[in-house]
Amino acid sequence: MIESETHASAALSQSSAHPQPAARQRTSQSYLALRSLRRHWQLYLIALPALLYFIVFRYIPMANAVIAFKDYNVVKGIWGSPWAGLKHFELFFNNPVFWTLLKNTLSLSLYALVVGFPLPILLAVCLNEVRDGLFKRLVQSVTYAPYFISMVVMVSMIMLLLSARLGVVNQGLGALGFNTINFLGDPSLFSSVYVWSGVWQTSGYAAIVYLAALSGIDPALYEAAKVDGASRLDKIRHVDLPGIMPVAVIILILNVGNLLSVGFEKVYLLQNPLNQGASEIIATYVYKMGLLNANYSFATAVGLFNSVINLILLVLVNAFARRVSDVSLW
Amino acid sequence: MPIRSAHIRESFGDRVFLVSVYLLLTIVLLVILYPLVFVVSSSFSSPLAVSSSRVWLWPVDFSLRGYQVAFSNPQIVTGYANSLYYTVFGTLISVVFTVLVAYSLSRRLLWGRGAIMFFIVFTMLFSGGLIPTYLVVKNLGMLDTRWALLIPQAVAPFQVIIARTFFMVTIPDELAEAAALDGCSDLKFLWNVVIPLSKPIIAVLVLMYAIFQWNAYFDALMYLKSDALQPLQLVLRGILILNTFASGTMDPEVMAQRRLFRPVAVYPFVGTLCLRGRSRFPAPVRLSDYERRGRILPGLAH
Repeated sequence: MIESETHASAALSQSSAHPQPAARQRTSQSYLALRSLRRHWQLYLIALPALLYFIVFRYIPMANAVIAFKDYNVVKGIWGSPWAGLKHFELFFNNPVFWTLLKNTLSLSLYALVVGFPLPILLAVCLNEVRDGLFKRLVQSVTYAPYFISMVVMVSMIMLLLSARLGVVNQGLGALGFNTINFLGDPSLFSSVYVWSGVWQTSGYAAIVYLAALSGIDPALYEAAKVDGASRLDKIRHVDLPGIMPVAVIILILNVGNLLSVGFEKVYLLQNPLNQGASEIIATYVYKMGLLNANYSFATAVGLFNSVINLILLVLVNAFARRVSDVSLW
Repeated sequence: MPIRSAHIRESFGDRVFLVSVYLLLTIVLLVILYPLVFVVSSSFSSPLAVSSSRVWLWPVDFSLRGYQVAFSNPQIVTGYANSLYYTVFGTLISVVFTVLVAYSLSRRLLWGRGAIMFFIVFTMLFSGGLIPTYLVVKNLGMLDTRWALLIPQAVAPFQVIIARTFFMVTIPDELAEAAALDGCSDLKFLWNVVIPLSKPIIAVLVLMYAIFQWNAYFDALMYLKSDALQPLQLVLRGILILNTFASGTMDPEVMAQRRLFRPVAVYPFVGTLCLRGRSRFPAPVRLSDYERRGRILPGLAH
């Protein structure tokens, strides 16, 4: 919470700091503000509903997060509850479950990143090589169709297909003479089930962004490459990939910034008593501690830890990207 | 002499490469298609054929029994009705709020728009977390009411960015100035000029918000208690997922035989409902547009 506020105000003051002298700037700024308000009050008015929404449902929760430093008591309310200092954070860090949660969360998201980031690029580049026509349209439609399946239905499909005895995958393995695999009950397979089903569901959709970037590449570059005798592979390496690099960097940054907030919805649905050792992540733990056990302050502390790490990662990766590739979020 | 560039012969290497690309895409196509076909086939097969694993590609012992059972389940019927309600009204609220704020922030002469944009975009980078948000919803008295699914997720910052970029690209400031000179107010201009010109982006927003609403289950899990308010996804979760592990044992066989006909019956319907808009679905985020403009998060640019 505190971090967020100082961060926000620091960035804000930075953005309004102009090379102009301070006094002159203030008068001209307030003059501009007044004039803008008088002429365009209607524009401010229509922005108001959404701004109120952001204040109430995004910023007040940030302020409410102070309960991480308090012993929240429903009767006394958020501001009336007694301070507890860093007690809840210490409880969390000293809890043996902390390292398991961190390990599960990080390994799941890194695995998802390493597999899930390059595959849509590969798909888009391949599709881009194919001549426009029925086949291309078919592949494109089919690959992004699974994106529209809801998470609940997706997970029950996973269960249907991978179930230990009835699942069609295990039926197939059995027919080919292999041992059946308990995909959903084996903790060591949990991350693979999670990641590869995610690849199945979202690669086609994620590829759309890259296809759009590829279609924006100047055709003259391809013609020049052709004249220079470039092979298809050369064109991919020297025209396609540099062309989609800015988009790829931005998506990579966003993914890294979400490293600790692995999709709660899917993990929670895939959890069962047998794979819990590998499937308990920070987000599901917050939900269970907070809403199921009504341990509000503790769960908020865990969630806050998660958000702060995410923010730090995002800022670091963004700075790194800006230095290395000149593409960044801000 | 005519240039016959189209007839430059492809080298052997290029042809090998192209064949392997087609091969790879065919494999991808089959891998993605198979589970979809399997699930649809299962839903049209007799429950016995499904539970004895005789279905592997096409329907076996064609039967509509699954659908009959699903749609005579009152829970599923209310679930559909509720989900329809949340999707229609949630999308309406979201799109109206998003379009209004995005248009307002797209006007370059609006004083303070950079700061306001930052105010919105910052919520993408940092959040108070699950419990503090829950407490807000609780303190507003929204728990266990339909509002809890319509309002707390109403505006997505990313959608605001997309819409704002669209307005900035398609509605030149000169147009607004000309209208203002003719005595047209900002609101009138928005209603009579901007909205008619912005059908593509409104369609995108409607689709994105509607899919989000239709597929969401977690907010309902947190905020709703009454059965009468449950959206379809939560009903499905109860039927399809929880029962499988209810006893804590990993032997779903017995239960599956009883249950299997139900789940398979509901899938394809949900699927087709969501897929209907698919073919006209435009590229969701034309990141390339932002990239040409420099940074993707405009509010954070100094």
